[in-house]
Amino acid sequence: MNPLQKLFPNIDDWGEIGRASIDTLLMLGGSLALTVLIGLPLGVLLYLTGKGQLRPMPKLYAVTSLLVNVLRSVPFIILMIVLMPVTYALVGTKLGIRGAIPPLVIGAAPFFARLVETALREVQQGVIEASQAMGASLWQIVRHVLLPEARGGLFAGITVTAIALVGYTAMGGAIGSGGLGDLAYRYGYLSYKSDYMLVTVVLLIVLVQVLQMIGDRIVLRYKQR
Amino acid sequence: MIRFVDVHKSYRVDGRDIPALQPFDLDIADGEVFGIIGLSGAGKSTLIRLINLLERPSGGHIFVNDTEMTALAEPALRAQRRRIGMIFQHFNLLASQTVADNVAFPLRLAGERDTAALQARVGELLARVGLSDHADKYPSQLSGGQKQRVGIARALANRPSILLCDEATSALDPQTTASVLELLAEINRELKLTIVLITHEMDVVRRVCDRVAVLDAGVIVEHGPVADVFLHPQHPTTRRFVNEALPEEAASEHTPFAQVPGHIVRLSFRGDATLTPSLSRVARETGVEFNILAGRIDRIKDLPYGQLTLAMQGAQVQIALAALREAGIEIEELPR
Repeated sequence: MNPLQKLFPNIDDWGEIGRASIDTLLMLGGSLALTVLIGLPLGVLLYLTGKGQLRPMPKLYAVTSLLVNVLRSVPFIILMIVLMPVTYALVGTKLGIRGAIPPLVIGAAPFFARLVETALREVQQGVIEASQAMGASLWQIVRHVLLPEARGGLFAGITVTAIALVGYTAMGGAIGSGGLGDLAYRYGYLSYKSDYMLVTVVLLIVLVQVLQMIGDRIVLRYKQR
Repeated sequence: MIRFVDVHKSYRVDGRDIPALQPFDLDIADGEVFGIIGLSGAGKSTLIRLINLLERPSGGHIFVNDTEMTALAEPALRAQRRRIGMIFQHFNLLASQTVADNVAFPLRLAGERDTAALQARVGELLARVGLSDHADKYPSQLSGGQKQRVGIARALANRPSILLCDEATSALDPQTTASVLELLAEINRELKLTIVLITHEMDVVRRVCDRVAVLDAGVIVEHGPVADVFLHPQHPTTRRFVNEALPEEAASEHTPFAQVPGHIVRLSFRGDATLTPSLSRVARETGVEFNILAGRIDRIKDLPYGQLTLAMQGAQVQIALAALREAGIEIEELPR
């Protein structure tokens, strides 16, 4: 009996844990990329249309803001269940990695959009005024001033969002999306195999730590300037 | 040429119009350094931002080089703005970009894509402001004076005909202020650039401006050549500014000369009048005695001037004053 077996008597297939880890990473990567892709423009829209900003549009802002708040206030596990028909319509399945991504993105993108809005508001008003004085168009200001100047805050936002997504993917496990959460739920909770629970929790902690470390590094690199 | 015709501006706050600038007309000539001085809240920031329409007037017309700015649509306005440089109190540089990229920024905005041309122009501009060695640094690595020099290089990138300076030296220490003002004067001379600057320091006006307008609570209360306004301020606000620039003189405004016997007069010499020993000659010829109570000898931009407060005694004081006037010296009799 090797020492691993002694420590984790219920785990006979480590490969399954490996596959679940990869599933979690795939869900995380896929949903994070899409979250940024959708949340970034949404955040820019919130920023630009806000009161006293470059293109104040109170009605559009109110509607977008309400939508973002509604999506953020639904607990993820409920959002996932509510969105099942939408998920099925979008990707043709409610299960697995593909089935997990739409609710993950719909849950995380509004959250990230708010973080983008906040990060953009940190950009010095004077820098924006200076670029207007130089004859920059709105698009040039967004592309060449707002986004580069706010990149420290934006990367901090991506880090926080990625970590929130790790939590969401684990929850997704409960309703059949696979990954480490699924393992913890099925073996650790339903079958009382607490060694499974321990291993998955440790792996999730390591994942979160690594994400935070990478995020902090990137943010620090931009902060030093 | 910048021309304001019947321009006014008010802000709408909580449904009420708060006037920021009362209706005014103003012409700023090509190639001059025009100062606008006022306390904070007087409306000078608003006024300078009307020129490139960062602030839109509530009424009136603004012309820049015969183009009516107030009539332009957005794309044409952006094109005009590229012809007007602007520098700021807090520099407003892009923190995420190097010095060279900051200077190249307005060129890129204007559509320049040729890397070699960009590099050449940026090199030229950095050389002009004395920052050739700092091209690859980030703004956070520079001192305040250096940051403002980057601001100036950036403002000059598109070869503007006008440079707007928004309290450009207010965040700088006195030495740095002096060197930045010197650079502005040099640019004005060599590039024949019109400079409009706003400030709350009379000393800035004295050092670089040709003409000045004094702004008080949204009204231009006085304007004219700096030497006239500086030596003979009419409005109380102007006098306050002038007194700040002349600490000794400020004291004399409040020192009662009641105890001092004789006629109290203030003599202003400017230009050539500073070069001739008129006072000693007149005193000798008329036998008038004088006692210097306060005085200053300095320059207004390139014009040397002197201002002396004297107590004059003797039978021929009036004759002496007439002779001094004859010699090109301006005389004010001061009340006791």
